[in-house]
Amino acid sequence: MTAIQSTVNPPTKRRMTRAEFEDKFFGALKWISIAFFLIITAFPLFYMIALSFKPLSELLRDPGDFLPSWRDITGMTTYREVLRPRSQGGQGFGIYIRNSFTVAMTATILTTVIAIFGAYATARLKFAGRKAMTWGILVVYLFPGIVIAIPLFVVFTRLSLRDSLWGLVIVYVAQTIPVALYMLRSYFITIPVELEEAGLIDGLGRMGVVRRVTLPLSAPAIAAVALFVFMIAWNEFLFALLFLSAEPELWTLSLGVNQLDTTEVPKTVLMAGSVIITVPVIILFFAAERFLTEGLTAGGVKG
Amino acid sequence: MADQGRSSITTSTDTRKSIAPSGSRLSLQRREARLAWLLVAPAILIVMGLVVIPVLWNLAMSFQRIRLIELQSFNFLSTDVSLENFRRVTGLSRFWEVARTTVAYTFFGTVLSIGMGMWAALVVKKAFIGRSAVRGLMLFPYVAPVIAVTFVWKIMLNPSFGVTNHWLEALGVQPIDFLGRRDFVLSIFGWEVTAPVALAAVIAFEAWRYFPFAFLFILARLQALPAELDEAAKVDGATLSQRFFYVTLPQMRGVLSVLFLLRFIWTFNKFDDVQLLTGGAAGTEVITVSIVDWLQGRSDVGSAAALGVILALILVVLLFVYFKWFFEEETE
Repeated sequence: MTAIQSTVNPPTKRRMTRAEFEDKFFGALKWISIAFFLIITAFPLFYMIALSFKPLSELLRDPGDFLPSWRDITGMTTYREVLRPRSQGGQGFGIYIRNSFTVAMTATILTTVIAIFGAYATARLKFAGRKAMTWGILVVYLFPGIVIAIPLFVVFTRLSLRDSLWGLVIVYVAQTIPVALYMLRSYFITIPVELEEAGLIDGLGRMGVVRRVTLPLSAPAIAAVALFVFMIAWNEFLFALLFLSAEPELWTLSLGVNQLDTTEVPKTVLMAGSVIITVPVIILFFAAERFLTEGLTAGGVKG
Repeated sequence: MADQGRSSITTSTDTRKSIAPSGSRLSLQRREARLAWLLVAPAILIVMGLVVIPVLWNLAMSFQRIRLIELQSFNFLSTDVSLENFRRVTGLSRFWEVARTTVAYTFFGTVLSIGMGMWAALVVKKAFIGRSAVRGLMLFPYVAPVIAVTFVWKIMLNPSFGVTNHWLEALGVQPIDFLGRRDFVLSIFGWEVTAPVALAAVIAFEAWRYFPFAFLFILARLQALPAELDEAAKVDGATLSQRFFYVTLPQMRGVLSVLFLLRFIWTFNKFDDVQLLTGGAAGTEVITVSIVDWLQGRSDVGSAAALGVILALILVVLLFVYFKWFFEEETE
């Protein structure tokens, strides 16, 4: 500050006011901050992609030289190893990708349908226990997953559900229903009641109103909820680890990536696995960013 | 269901015209309530079955001595209950260290992620070219799979081939094993300051991963603030920082307090991040990691359940505070 004052003072005979100084200072700080945030968010993503192509020997020789050459990129050796079936000495990611898709898609469809019904009822219909239900959802939503994980682990072991993808699907549905219901409920409330009443007067039943009036109007919110549930199920790690660790055939991508973290597997292969699990989420996210950011702030999504 | 509703309408209109409207409204109401219950039933059943009952069962197990190996044959209705599990988990001297670590991790992780979110929101509040791209990119840490981002951090921070230490070395700093080193003794003018290295790294990760969450909420609130107040303060000669502290910040109190409690609760419950980054080593063991260690590492289901109950009890207290606060905010 003193430096600025001394340079400004003598020629103009006018001191910079505090307001002027702050406008200049924070104006400059703003761009520095934007650069800072861009670096901390984009660099890890960039580094992950770069390393996934880089030959390990070159990386070990000089960790600072992590940019792959064009030949490294077109060679795709790490990706080939990750995707090659286990029987051929690869990491067998094909199965994990299929498992992850199955689990995430099934959970998404089930959760979205169940949550639409529940959300509509708590938003629009009068019934005893409506308030208790709304609060109950919030409580469950905030409750620690790990406390639920122990008994579920026990039940699934006893019922031998532990070695099936269904166990995981049901758990994801239970874990995401509160979020989905809460998000949809806050959206349904914003739809004018008059529109629904008009439908009722025109002779539609309640379910007819839901199908013809409410659902078309809330398509963006439903899309956001479905995407969000998909992302949660796709990214999930704890329950998959507890339920499926003994059964490599049923592993989801999270577990697949996790088992690459050994001394035998090169870190560049680990990064290729990480890129594979990240890419679908990034594509989905950028395809629907608008919906998602609005949906997130409406429901206050857990993470 | 519909038939019953219709028949009650006809009976009420048959008996007397004057009570007909109230009669039909009642049955309509009843019909609506029945439909509502039908609609919420699947959600309630699944949540009950997979959340509420497991929590209660977890409580029951915390009083029983259950080993992982005898799970298939164990009689869960046994009345052989004791507080032994609680004694066992709290008896270890490590328990208090874990508790301290959890509190430090949760508090600093929460405050830093919200602080960074606030900073980011202030920076992108006004439109500029490429803002939506910047905003989208800023959400990456939050939406990316935890497994991928923890491994990227682990490799970046690796002392032998990570890029962070490579750059530090270029600046003349000795390589540091950020995720494996417990303490770092700094001597500043003869004062010896011990800094927990791995814990700080884990907290930094937490702030990095969750600042986008705070950012979204704060940005939404910032953009909804009335511009008049800020302009009036500007006319009165308030500087940028004064306007922030005396005009903007007081209006953000609600969203910040809600964010603080939400993030606090979720960070407190967080398992994957620490587990994947350090596995609880080097002074980063938090309660959730400890629970999984009791469950899988020591094959002691009962003690894991007991520790889970302790975690849940602390959470219930926090939730109570949250709802009280939230409720008061709403009624204000």
